Amino acid sequence: MDLILDGITKAFWLLISFDPEVLGITLLSLKISGSATLISLFLGISAGALVALTRFPGRRFVVGLINTGMALPPVVVGLFVTIFLWRNGPLGFLGILYTPEAMILAQAIIATPIVTGISLAALQQLPAKLRLQILALGATRAQMVWILVKEAKLPLLAAVMAGFGGVISEVGASIMVGGNIKGYSRVLTTATVMETGKGEFDVAIALSILLLLLAYSINVVLTQIQQRERPR
Amino acid sequence: MRTISCKLRIGSVIAAIMVLLGASALQAQEKTIILATTTSTQDSGLLDVLVPAFEKKTGYFVKTISVGSGQAMAMGQKGEADVLLVHSPAAEKQFMADGLGVERRLVMHNDFIILGPTEDPAKIKGMKSAPEAFKKIAAAGSLFLSRGDNSGTHAKEKAVWKDAGVAYEGEKWYQQTGLGMGQTLNVANEKKGYVLADRGTYLALAKNLKLDLLVEGDAVLLNIYHVIEVNPSKWPKVNFRGAKAFADFMVSKETQDTIKAFGVDKFGSPLFFPDAGKKVEDLGK
Repeated sequence: MDLILDGITKAFWLLISFDPEVLGITLLSLKISGSATLISLFLGISAGALVALTRFPGRRFVVGLINTGMALPPVVVGLFVTIFLWRNGPLGFLGILYTPEAMILAQAIIATPIVTGISLAALQQLPAKLRLQILALGATRAQMVWILVKEAKLPLLAAVMAGFGGVISEVGASIMVGGNIKGYSRVLTTATVMETGKGEFDVAIALSILLLLLAYSINVVLTQIQQRERPR
Repeated sequence: MRTISCKLRIGSVIAAIMVLLGASALQAQEKTIILATTTSTQDSGLLDVLVPAFEKKTGYFVKTISVGSGQAMAMGQKGEADVLLVHSPAAEKQFMADGLGVERRLVMHNDFIILGPTEDPAKIKGMKSAPEAFKKIAAAGSLFLSRGDNSGTHAKEKAVWKDAGVAYEGEKWYQQTGLGMGQTLNVANEKKGYVLADRGTYLALAKNLKLDLLVEGDAVLLNIYHVIEVNPSKWPKVNFRGAKAFADFMVSKETQDTIKAFGVDKFGSPLFFPDAGKKVEDLGK
């Protein structure tokens, strides 16, 4: 119990003293997971819309794959991204293994199926007649998709939260492709693992609290946007 | 037309990502070195002192990947690391014999110790021989925690079991954590088991542990670190200049002095003993 109190005290001090290392780690976590979430939104909403609004053979199979992808284990993604990015691997020419860019890539791969799956469900539950009506009013297909996305705003924001929550909290892929390099690719989760290994439990608890605070503040902002306009 | 615009949009997003990724690839590769090393050098905090000093002196950027010695050498074998700082002498000799390394130089040593619960159910406290102590642990069937991760510590532990002539594989009292040194010590602490640890990590964690130091000082328990430059002839992408610069730095007089002083202020005794230029046979004398 003392340990947890020590951790909370430590977190408080780290916060108010603006410890430059901890601040850097926190900002990097935000930057990497934020970028990965943005990429996954582009890819996920596009793919989700495509599958939700079209009919093609094997569609159920594809939907099944997307839903399985929502449970993609981060360590599996980490392992494959590492192998592909090795200097002597297929994408070795990029030279990005053990960089923040590699972490963004891995996290985007983890978040994209989550965003795709939720977007797919969100767009599919809109009434089919709505689409016909929009098209009847002379909208192009792109305009129609845009209107549908706006209409499904509430569940789509849930997709943002799920995607971001999935990657900010993940550690397996980040430590494998980022390498937990001090001042360069060390984020809150990988630093927590390392401090635990070093037996610095108070620092580990402090980092965990920062991680929770970060996730909470992001979600407060998103929830504000989501709940501002209630559906009529 | 409609599907084309949709494809175009996805295509442009993918193109944007490739540009984003490609841009960083253009960063000067030759100024970056990948150092594959053991968890003990990182968990003890030694590299947090040495790596910034090296970077400041030479302008190289070091990517320290801290894994077990086994994995570190596997990375060297695949040309995915430029320089190794490891402590698994038998495997290192094989590595050099296979022509995978250019040069292997002695850097420092500390020692392994056998820790266990205060009650010491196998009664090994104060024993002088590590294999004899292991025999008693096995005979008593007391819980023993192994790293089980092909690290240098795990390799040493297997060598001691071999000297002891004990079949431990699959025994109920023998458990493998598959974790780093720090975490394995914590597991041993919670489960009141015996464990083989390097002194550096033990001293760094001692404040949280209720384990007692039971056996130390046996010559087999020496823990010896070498720096190895990975051979670029097989993997042309290996940064051999950077690797050589780092290896030279590790055995330089200044660095050796830093190693000697490291940890004295915090733990009252050094965590590592500098050995550059010495012979392995002369260590511990």
